[in-house]
Amino acid sequence: MIRLFKVKEKQRELAENSQGGVPVKKQTAGELRLHKDISELNLPKSCAISFPNGKDDLMNFEVSIRPDEGYYLGGTFLFSFQVSPIYPHEAPKVKCKTKVYHPNIDLEGSVCLNILREDWKPVLNINTIIYGLYHLFTEPNSEDPLNHDAAAVLRDNPKMFEANVRRAMAGGYVGQTFFQRCL
Amino acid sequence: MADTEAQPSRSRDLDKLLLRPGNLVGANFDPGEELRDDLAKYAKVLVVGAGGLGCELLKDLALSGFQNLEVIDMDRIEVTNLNRQFLFRFEDVGKPKAEVAAKRVMERVSGVNIKPHYGRIEDKEIDFYSDFSIIALGLDSIEARSYINAVACSFLEYDSDDKAREETIKPMVDGGTEGFKGHARVILPGVTPCFECTIWLFPPQVKFPLCTLAETPRTAAHCIEYAHLIKWDEVHSGKAFDPDDPEHMKWVYNEAVKRAELFGIPGVTYSLTQGVVKNIIPAIASTNAIISAACTLETLKLASGCSKTLSNYLTYNGAEGLHTKVTEFVRDKDCLVCGPGVLIELETSITLQKFIGLLEEHPKLLLSKASVTHQRNNLYMQAPPVLEEMTRSNLSLPLFDLMGKTTKTTLHVTGTTSKNDKKTSALRKLRVVFKGVDGVTDMDTAGGA
Repeated sequence: MIRLFKVKEKQRELAENSQGGVPVKKQTAGELRLHKDISELNLPKSCAISFPNGKDDLMNFEVSIRPDEGYYLGGTFLFSFQVSPIYPHEAPKVKCKTKVYHPNIDLEGSVCLNILREDWKPVLNINTIIYGLYHLFTEPNSEDPLNHDAAAVLRDNPKMFEANVRRAMAGGYVGQTFFQRCL
Repeated sequence: MADTEAQPSRSRDLDKLLLRPGNLVGANFDPGEELRDDLAKYAKVLVVGAGGLGCELLKDLALSGFQNLEVIDMDRIEVTNLNRQFLFRFEDVGKPKAEVAAKRVMERVSGVNIKPHYGRIEDKEIDFYSDFSIIALGLDSIEARSYINAVACSFLEYDSDDKAREETIKPMVDGGTEGFKGHARVILPGVTPCFECTIWLFPPQVKFPLCTLAETPRTAAHCIEYAHLIKWDEVHSGKAFDPDDPEHMKWVYNEAVKRAELFGIPGVTYSLTQGVVKNIIPAIASTNAIISAACTLETLKLASGCSKTLSNYLTYNGAEGLHTKVTEFVRDKDCLVCGPGVLIELETSITLQKFIGLLEEHPKLLLSKASVTHQRNNLYMQAPPVLEEMTRSNLSLPLFDLMGKTTKTTLHVTGTTSKNDKKTSALRKLRVVFKGVDGVTDMDTAGGA
């Protein structure tokens, strides 16, 4: 290759990039794959997506979920998504922005969903994550708790769990914690 | 490199490779002093990273006859580096790695010139990278490699037969190590698989379920991750955890110890805490030396042609005994980063809407309901409804204008294709050439408004 380098060096001042300009920073493969996932989104009526940074920043967006059945019927819950440049090699970081009384979501907004961590595979996509999140509301489970108190109540006293959820969504206290209204 | 009468040549080992012909040489190998001198004068190599691999690479390259080197690293020297990053001493702790490394090698190898860059690879203009003959990588993350790969592949151009144009190939030699294991590979964009072509080789990262961390920890790592991922937010909500801040790390360590005591789990130490939080695997000097030697040899072979290039991926495992293997991986011809894409010729007057319709009929694409993105602009999105609305107004505009009025550029489209009556989704790279701008000659492909 040394001949090439010599030739290049001698031509450097004269050479005009054949594109007529300097190569521009391109999108990462992750951004392109995300673009594909987003353009194929097929969300149920209960889920809506928004892009706070405009149509050109797909890496940071928000999804709001309004369950139409189960304990959480009528509430609106907002999730933030942060997609990494090496997506889909790494799962997006998802946080719940609405404080919620839920066995699988803690008060800081961390979400315990297997496909967001140990079961993530590059073949999954944004659609599957949103469906997974929706599922958390229609079928909360006491077996993978991040909120131990909520999980215990769901397991031992489902009627009280239902009442706690309603009170939290309407705006009120459950135990020592105050929940803002989200109906 | 002048030598006196009595002393043997300073470069006598290199001379054996560069001054005489052989049977295993590369094509166009032209042995002689001119080759050796040209190597020193004209070959410019960039070393990315001045850590475990970077230090070894700089030393090896300088001693292999390369005299124009540059090194870039965004970190400062820490005490834990000193067992293997041999260019650094205790007094250097806190100084930028790139600067100290460059200085030390220049002190020991006369004639070599090394320009250090203390900063992030993403902060350099693309122009910066185009000057180098070969880029040698001593990186420690997928993200960084992916970035440099994208930069190197962005210089690649194809001719109308979809063959890579040789003068636009920016070779990379990529090394990596982890404990007793390592790899060295040669990436020639357009010829060998690029980093993205083989990204499927990486196994999924180890992530513990949050609920295990919260409810049923069993190992020291669980306790540490609990403190790092869950407890941190509970106590410092809003403040981001900084793995390079010793105060933050100490806090995590203390919380992890408390948790471990609660559950009767042994083994939480400060160094394990650092390892788990920063995903560190203990580094071994000899692995770095071996991999760097392989990388330097490949760089020398690429630049001089003195022997056939490694084709194309060498793995090394010294954990139990010693094993190395070279595998010849093949390119992904549909690779979004290094692939040629499909060549499409268009009139400057064609609208985005017409273009999307065209994709449906193009024999190599047959892509329906396409969404279009150009560099960082999403020109049209079929879904979700909110984005479709935001981009609908672009449909009636000329594509040429929407893409910044450049004659030749790359575009990406995603949509549905039909294969054997099965609908699958597809993401395609397109090489677009606009006709009728500054007398661009016609090429034969389906096109036109």
